[in-house]
Amino acid sequence: MSSTNEKQDKPVITAKIDGFFITFYDIAVFIARFFREAFRPPVEWGEFVRQCYQVGYKSLALVTVTGFITGVVFTEQSRPTLSEFGVTAWLPSLVAIAVVRALAPLIAALICAGKVGSSIGAELGSMKVTEQIDAMEVSAINPFRYLIVTRVTAMTICLPLLMFYNALIGCMGSYFDVHAHEQTSLIAFFDNAFAQITFLDYTTALTKAILYGFTIGIVSCYQGWNATQGTMGVGKAANVSVIVSMFLIFIEEVIIVHVFNSIR
Amino acid sequence: MKENGHYIDKNETVIKIRDLYKSFGDKHVLQGIDLDVFKGENVVVLGRSGTGKSVLIKIIIGLLKPDAGTVNVLGEEVDQLRDADLRALRLKVGFSFQSSALYDSMTVGENLAFPLKRNNRSLTRDQIRKTIDVVLDAIGLPDTINQYPSELSGGQKKRIGIGRTLILRPEIMLYDEPTAGLDPITCMELNKLINAVKERFNTSSIIITHDLTCAKEVGDRVAVMDEGRFVRQGTFDEVFTEKEGLIKSFYDYNFIQ
Ligand SMILES: Nc1ncnc2c1ncn2[C@@H]1O[C@H](COP(=O)(O)OP(=O)(O)O)[C@@H](O)[C@H]1O
Ligand SMILES: [Mg+2]
Repeated sequence: MSSTNEKQDKPVITAKIDGFFITFYDIAVFIARFFREAFRPPVEWGEFVRQCYQVGYKSLALVTVTGFITGVVFTEQSRPTLSEFGVTAWLPSLVAIAVVRALAPLIAALICAGKVGSSIGAELGSMKVTEQIDAMEVSAINPFRYLIVTRVTAMTICLPLLMFYNALIGCMGSYFDVHAHEQTSLIAFFDNAFAQITFLDYTTALTKAILYGFTIGIVSCYQGWNATQGTMGVGKAANVSVIVSMFLIFIEEVIIVHVFNSIR
Repeated sequence: MKENGHYIDKNETVIKIRDLYKSFGDKHVLQGIDLDVFKGENVVVLGRSGTGKSVLIKIIIGLLKPDAGTVNVLGEEVDQLRDADLRALRLKVGFSFQSSALYDSMTVGENLAFPLKRNNRSLTRDQIRKTIDVVLDAIGLPDTINQYPSELSGGQKKRIGIGRTLILRPEIMLYDEPTAGLDPITCMELNKLINAVKERFNTSSIIITHDLTCAKEVGDRVAVMDEGRFVRQGTFDEVFTEKEGLIKSFYDYNFIQ
């Protein structure tokens, strides 16, 4: 209910280890609260749409540029090896597999963690330390539903979209590079590229993107929501949001790849 | 007793606090607070920085939980309420933050519309606009509706902060240091506003301050807080007849220097 931190009395093990478990528990409670509040009406549509726009709009340019460059560079770098074996025809599908399976989800997620995660951390952090969140609370508004549910949901929904967009742009980049060397039509390229991608690849990519989006949303909202110590806390919330999100994304990447490869 | 031309109903308590304790870690902030606020009354809580004045009113509005004691507001035990009931109670209690706490991503108009829309989803755009105009007129800032908080002066922010709580038509107002950090003229204007709010919106209030002019202007009763307890209560004149210790320091600082 209240967003104010209160100090614990006596450490059970040591203050540091206790702190770790307390934070862990706090985050679990935070996530549980997210699911409890997310499915209860009324939905804050206005703020949700605004956040989707923020997530999409803030990252779109970067996602486009990095996606395109990834496609071009990956194609450039793979060509010599493939041409040694005389199979440059595999380029489109090689690129598509690399992009969909590995690159697009990671690139989109890291860009969002850096760009959106830090801005959510800073925005909520400054609302917290200037008592704007308490101000919502006292005017009988549920700030968790208005601020947290909308942001986490927007991140979770927009990241998969950005990821697929990033994959598409990556393939476009690859096409431009391929097209510069040999005459291939766009349609033939894409036919070739996506022939090798299975339903499982799409499912894996989608699962990753949803999980990464949720992670970034929860981590940065949690950091902002619990910011303390004035303006210093705001910078810290923004900073820690990015670092922790990126760290968790890599850990999740490893786990998901293992899980889905065992299915494959 | 100065009642600002208003009737105080001593039979009806709107806030009743008994034996209230609150600590943070081993820092004992509130140590046995008793307080009654009667309907139509302005109670001023005076005290040095860090004695727990803000903590006290945050407990009254349910932002903080007490360790021990009872807090009864408009007949409800605040710390026992479920979320929905607490929210219903908060509609009847306005809280003006020391820092104003305006939403800095929104204009003044949006700041005022925000609590209104969310607590009454059936209101039309026209009705909202009208309510905002009434409140902006009451706080004397009709021309700021399209400005952002960063464009306002400290005194204007305080007024808008008060306006944002008035828009829900509270029965009780809690003011946290309404005049802190403002020049004497702006202070006087805010004192007038606090009295005007009481007249026009029929509120009972707790006003936290360390400014004696403010206490004298707006308080029907003054309660002096020190080290987590009330050490003196009464009308301004009663409290400040005998000038010794903390009371004397306060008085000297405000009126002699
Ligand atoms: N959320 C909190 N966590 C820990 N300590 C707090 C918290 N809120 C207030 N305090 C402490 O309680 C004491 C009283 O604070 P406060 O009520 O803000 O004083 P004031 O009378 O100036 O308004 C201060 O020493 C402050 O450090
Ligand atoms: Mg204070």
